[in-house]
Amino acid sequence: MSRITLAKGLNAGLRKAMEDDPKVLVMGEDVGKLGGVFRITDGLQKDFGEDRVIDSPLAESGIVGTAVGLALRGYRPVVEIQFDGFVYPAYDQIVCQVAKMHYRSRGRSPMPMVIRIPFGGGIGAVEHHSESPEAQFAHTPGLKVVACSNPVDGYWMIQQAIASDDPVVFLEPKRQYHADKADLDETATPEPLFTSRVVRRGTDATVVAYGPTVKTAMAAAEAAATDGTSLEVIDLRTLSPLDMGPVLESVRRTGRLVVCHEAHVNLGMGAEVAARVTEECFYSLEAPVLRVGGFDTPYPASRIEEDFLPDLDRLLDAVDRSLAF
Amino acid sequence: MSQSREAFGPDLVEVFGPSQRDGGPDLVQLLTPEGERTHHPEFDLDFSGDQLRGFYRDMVLTRRIDTEATALQRHGELGIWAQLLGQEAAQIGAGRALRPQDYVFPTYREHGVAWCRGVDPLDLLGLFRGVDHGAWDPRENNFGLYTIVIGAQALHATGYAMGIQRDGAVGTGDPDRDAAVVAHFGDGASSQGDVNEAFIFAASYNAPVVFFCQNNQWAISEPIERQSRIPLYQRALGFGFPGVRVDGNDVLATYAVTQAALQRAREGSGPTLVEAYTYRMGAHTTTDDPTRYRLSDDVEHWKLKDPIARLEVYLRRNGLVDDDFVADLKVEADALGHRLREGCKALADPKALDLFAHVYAEETEELRHQREGYAAYLDTFEGAR
Repeated sequence: MSRITLAKGLNAGLRKAMEDDPKVLVMGEDVGKLGGVFRITDGLQKDFGEDRVIDSPLAESGIVGTAVGLALRGYRPVVEIQFDGFVYPAYDQIVCQVAKMHYRSRGRSPMPMVIRIPFGGGIGAVEHHSESPEAQFAHTPGLKVVACSNPVDGYWMIQQAIASDDPVVFLEPKRQYHADKADLDETATPEPLFTSRVVRRGTDATVVAYGPTVKTAMAAAEAAATDGTSLEVIDLRTLSPLDMGPVLESVRRTGRLVVCHEAHVNLGMGAEVAARVTEECFYSLEAPVLRVGGFDTPYPASRIEEDFLPDLDRLLDAVDRSLAF
Repeated sequence: MSQSREAFGPDLVEVFGPSQRDGGPDLVQLLTPEGERTHHPEFDLDFSGDQLRGFYRDMVLTRRIDTEATALQRHGELGIWAQLLGQEAAQIGAGRALRPQDYVFPTYREHGVAWCRGVDPLDLLGLFRGVDHGAWDPRENNFGLYTIVIGAQALHATGYAMGIQRDGAVGTGDPDRDAAVVAHFGDGASSQGDVNEAFIFAASYNAPVVFFCQNNQWAISEPIERQSRIPLYQRALGFGFPGVRVDGNDVLATYAVTQAALQRAREGSGPTLVEAYTYRMGAHTTTDDPTRYRLSDDVEHWKLKDPIARLEVYLRRNGLVDDDFVADLKVEADALGHRLREGCKALADPKALDLFAHVYAEETEELRHQREGYAAYLDTFEGAR
């Protein structure tokens, strides 16, 4: 048992995966000596060498495209994209090559690759450093997309993503990297990777979140409880495939749903969750599904990012509107 | 700002312009368009009669694959076909220089290289007919699936070569173990970021990869002048590895240069850019109309450099083939053509539910649900599955 941050959990998970399988490689800008700009790969190159922890030229398409070749040769590359807004130069390789290789080869060329992306805002960064591109990847068949929200999940989910024979876009809430600590029991049996989870039980309304907004949702539930409102909070964890089971079960009990994410609301994950809930439990709903998210603007300058990001108050306001129906 | 014009070096357009048709002074050539054997101080080999007859046979049969496929497209049997007419020597020379353990990443026009790797030409047709995305198993012949996005495969080749390095299969001195990778692309692809990034990665890691650019002068309607102000092989120097321009219509020279580049890679000396200087005598694909953008005079000029004709002249002049050999080869080509015609028409359409197959290594529950739902829907129609 150890008490760790998300950054430490991811680092320990990567280390474990590299120890367990010599085919696992880590690639990206500054992942070697520096240990990555967020220090997630700290110490790995020292222990596993430059052939397995590869400092890459500054070229995102090159990083992902060479990882495709390494995967075809039988390796399991884990590539780090330094910031969410820098993934777009690699977008073609991810959606046209990584995502489709298994399909076009009729299963002969698997792509066991993990693309790690620190995502989301709230760290006071300049532009292109705070984006939430998850819907762009979740919309692409052939990719799997997950988002961790806490240190323990970070430790297990990164190992499970690496072990997956499918390519996984792995989203890490960067403002949580060094924020909160949690107890990790390395001997525990983790939950399967592609599952969502109820993280707080409640009866009046369901709140669905993932990544950085799980913490927001939990804070909202605490605050609501002081007013006598009982919120159920679900950490989606997997965005593609979506594990709707716990969500549907919850909404059938509470009759109300608010989905919360940092990404733009228009055509975001919340729209997909809302559509599926409407299809599956229309007669259980007491109110329309509501969404709280980033506005449909580019990510703003950091001095006003708190206005862009969904916070406890905006989430509680949506809960109130849902309860008022 | 009174610096003289000369201080900036020669005008590159002027340097590039006059060499357009003959490839310039650095062109490596071992067989002239007239079928005369010449020699080169760095790239020269002794070829056996069997080897030369083999090249000739490969080129004749590859041209037959191409003409049959073009005809099949005209008859509506293929949706589209990417023609290689005129590029047979570039592809056979490059393809025959490979060893079994080498790996090839093609674009979508490498029918001659596929032939050298033992891929059934019938398997090439499925992609263009629309029954699959490439029927061959890339692991069987170390020949990857065709890549449609221009230049994307140059990075895959480089990464694969980095994998070969990590497997310790470079520079061991064991000819059956040391391996290299070839990335094929065209002159147009040389403008793509991915190709340039591949150059950088390959140079940085000294990866055992040969970049084989078939400069066929045209990227659909865009001429090479629109892609580069310098001869393409000279770009390699800027990335820190050698570049060679070879006569791509000369199978002997293409073989010799590619073999040297592959050997260099296998020994651990890193990447090479080979620019095979050739000409696309046909259209870009069967949907293209090259008469709209290029001069017939150019085409006539390049017909005189035909890669098959020049080798035949050489072989006949040196008594290496006779009329019987050529006649027998024609019979073999006819049989291949017949097999392709009949085989193409017999290629079965995939089943409707095949569209759900192999999206993932581990199928998701939501996709299984979609597949089962569509299956149930199809069952409501008579004979729909």
